[in-house]
Amino acid sequence: MSTPIATSVAAPAMVAPARRRHRAWHKFKRNRGAVFGAIVVLIFAILALFAPWIATHDPLQTSFMAIRKAPSAAMWLGSDELGRDIFSRLVYGARASLMAGVVSVLIALAVGVPFGLISGYFGGWTDSIISRATEALLAIPFLILAIALAAFLGPSLTNAMIAIGVSAAPNFVRLTRGQVLSITKEDYVQSARALGASDTRIICRHIFPNVMPPLIVQATITIATAIIAEASLSFLGLGLQPPTPSWGSMLNTAKNFMTQAPWMSIFPGAAIFLAVLGFNMLGDGLRDALDPRQEK
Amino acid sequence: MTTANLDTQRVLQVDNLSVDFATQQGAVRAVRNVSFHVDRRETLAIVGESGSGKSVTSLSLMRLIEYGGGTITADGLRLRRRNGETVDMMRASDRQLQSVRGSDIAMIFQEPMTSLNPSFTAGVQIAEALQLHQNLDAAAARAETLRMLEQVRIPDARAILDRYPHQLSGGMRQRVMIAMALSCKPQVLIADEPTTALDVTIQAQILQLIRQLQEEMDMGVIFITHDMGVVAEVADRVLVMYRGEKVEDGTSDEIFSAPQHPYTRALLSAVPRLGAMNGTDAPAPFPLLEVAQAAAGVAAVPVAPPTDTVRRENGPILQIRNLVTRFDIPGGILGRTQRRVHAVEQVSFDLFPGETLSLVGESGCGKTTTGRSLLQLVKSQSGEITFDGQNIRTLRGSAMQRLRQHIQIIFQDPFASLDPRMTVGYSIMEPLLIHNVARGRKAQDRVRWLMDKCGLSPEMIDRYPHEFSGGQRQRICIARALALNPKVVIADESVSALDVSIQAQIVNLLLDLQRELGVSFLFISHDMAVVERVSHRVAVMYLGQIVEIGPRRAVFEAPQHPYTKKLMSAVPVADPQRRHRQRSLLVDEIPSTVRALGDEPVVQPLVEVGPGHYVARHAVGKYS
Repeated sequence: MSTPIATSVAAPAMVAPARRRHRAWHKFKRNRGAVFGAIVVLIFAILALFAPWIATHDPLQTSFMAIRKAPSAAMWLGSDELGRDIFSRLVYGARASLMAGVVSVLIALAVGVPFGLISGYFGGWTDSIISRATEALLAIPFLILAIALAAFLGPSLTNAMIAIGVSAAPNFVRLTRGQVLSITKEDYVQSARALGASDTRIICRHIFPNVMPPLIVQATITIATAIIAEASLSFLGLGLQPPTPSWGSMLNTAKNFMTQAPWMSIFPGAAIFLAVLGFNMLGDGLRDALDPRQEK
Repeated sequence: MTTANLDTQRVLQVDNLSVDFATQQGAVRAVRNVSFHVDRRETLAIVGESGSGKSVTSLSLMRLIEYGGGTITADGLRLRRRNGETVDMMRASDRQLQSVRGSDIAMIFQEPMTSLNPSFTAGVQIAEALQLHQNLDAAAARAETLRMLEQVRIPDARAILDRYPHQLSGGMRQRVMIAMALSCKPQVLIADEPTTALDVTIQAQILQLIRQLQEEMDMGVIFITHDMGVVAEVADRVLVMYRGEKVEDGTSDEIFSAPQHPYTRALLSAVPRLGAMNGTDAPAPFPLLEVAQAAAGVAAVPVAPPTDTVRRENGPILQIRNLVTRFDIPGGILGRTQRRVHAVEQVSFDLFPGETLSLVGESGCGKTTTGRSLLQLVKSQSGEITFDGQNIRTLRGSAMQRLRQHIQIIFQDPFASLDPRMTVGYSIMEPLLIHNVARGRKAQDRVRWLMDKCGLSPEMIDRYPHEFSGGQRQRICIARALALNPKVVIADESVSALDVSIQAQIVNLLLDLQRELGVSFLFISHDMAVVERVSHRVAVMYLGQIVEIGPRRAVFEAPQHPYTKKLMSAVPVADPQRRHRQRSLLVDEIPSTVRALGDEPVVQPLVEVGPGHYVARHAVGKYS
């Protein structure tokens, strides 16, 4: 999610785009939290990409000899209830989980933000219709909505991501709409209108860049929700089909063995926690780096 | 805690006060070794521009600045309590400070809306201070509150007692604040810009009220303001602050007639004085003196004699006829319109090429709405707006967008009107891109030329708005407004938010640009003294109507309409010799422009009383 934001904000800087990007990058580099977040996200990305070379075992290989074994030299993070190596499953699971987290949120942004912009900017009937529809969707619990959609679309990881993304979109519509309502009243939007700028130009150049900061924060938080939601859908057989590993599904089975085999839940849990923390810090860093007002 | 006694007439003595703020770059000293004193019945005005440390000083006196992260050092902050004891605020315990604050030293703030708690009635809030400091029971506190409200001359005080802040007008809220501050009969009253947010006629009432109460209650008053007119009106002595230091102090007469410090002289050269333009017809720039020049003993550069920029031969560039703008107020369960704000009622005027026409009036008189209606930033209901021979009131869509090339607007708050995420270079260039006038190198060159014209260094082209000062930002907005060579520029309170010396520079810049580019200005302002400087003609608005319009000289030197006269007499003049001593205590309010459906206001026709000078023939009170 970082790239589209970076380019869309930097694009209007026709006066000195190079300087602006340079400045943002420079600020990002100096922000320790942001760099940490970026490194964490990068490590997970490498794990997912090079899983076959990094994994020590076949993640699907069951073994009756190694059921729920504690971490050891052979199995670094222990084994699960079917004797599969947890480290290897985590490495492969990064693929599904990161995909589910990032792609779902991108879908939510792609659906939610345009509706929010239109609804907040034009107001009137358009706004009423979009707002009522959003509220109707928000009245349905997030997971129930996602389950219903996934059931309708049919079981697969892609459909699960679409279901999660669409279910998360109403939040983005509301957030964007609220931001747009306050920014539209700003004098600089009035000024742009007085200069003769068209609605499209005002929305793309003046409103959109200024609604980004809270959206970035909301997006990074939603990544966590999406990773967990993917697990729930998979558990119900609506997402990734077993035995393909994902962090969420690992956590889901592990909860039955919390006392006997704590490592089964600790490591996938820690992976989700770290990934979310990484995305969050990366998001905060991006938000600050792209804001010209935050000057040291 | 009791230290060397103060002189019996002295209520406050401050010795070597300094205030530091810790920032990421280390400690910043906001106030440096300031000493002053206040006697009974005396008003000390602390003046200075934004950032000079005047508000920080006032908050330090009550030891409130520590809540904002400041650190105070002082040799003494001695205050006389009501019982005659002297207390050194620097050495007092927290408990003592609490008992002193609000009872022996009290404060009124600039913004009466945010200083009152919206969820309690006015009466309850005043009674709170009484119950806290004087151990009165609820009934006694209420009785005392009523007495206080009567003392601040609130009409129908018994009813106001049970009103909530949002049900009161700005002037009434400030009176409630004053009643609250004075409820415990303090020895010292600190008034921090108490009238800055108020209209000029209300300001006159409040200033007079403070003065009268001071005499009745034997208080010392510290008046913090940036408005030299207000200073001349109220102050016995003046302390001038500049960058955290006291640069000069003395009696009002001394400061105004023989300022010593270069900064004071520079400041006074920028103060608009009502009546300074008597006997002239054309606008004239301020004879500005810079601090460095004043220090070197150079006299102000004589300004170029005014040249007539108005070109009347081809008729007006902009012609407004019977413009009406109303806003519906929905009410009831069905959200139907029940009442309307009659913001602009049957307004007509002409604007000639190269001319500056000022729209003046108090808040809610419709001057801003008039400006915005011209550009269709708000929708008008009827009338004709003719620009260059074309009726533009009904233009829609891209035709309207194209027209905006020729009529530009500059808003009050330059920071808010620049997109914070765009470089100023891009902001200035944007109109060129929108209207496809220039691109690339050509556009860049035009931006540099504009920045240079508006007194900005073209090297700053890649900076962001937050990196500029208020005055520079307004220059950026002016450069942007001029990018397309507009024929008309609407300046909506464009200099009101600026410090006085910056305001003078911007006014001079506008006059320069008019002479050079021949642009017409519709100058919307509430500040009569600035209007006097810049205008060729003036239109006075009251309750959405133009009540008087004519050449600036005629309107200012021989005002005809009662409201114009009232407005002129309320303006504080920056000259202690011309202080309004015997003004009758007025408590009247500006009536509302909200009317029920079908209740059409009466619009009196304008009658010509002199060449080009028209007046509506009705008395102010008879209007509604």
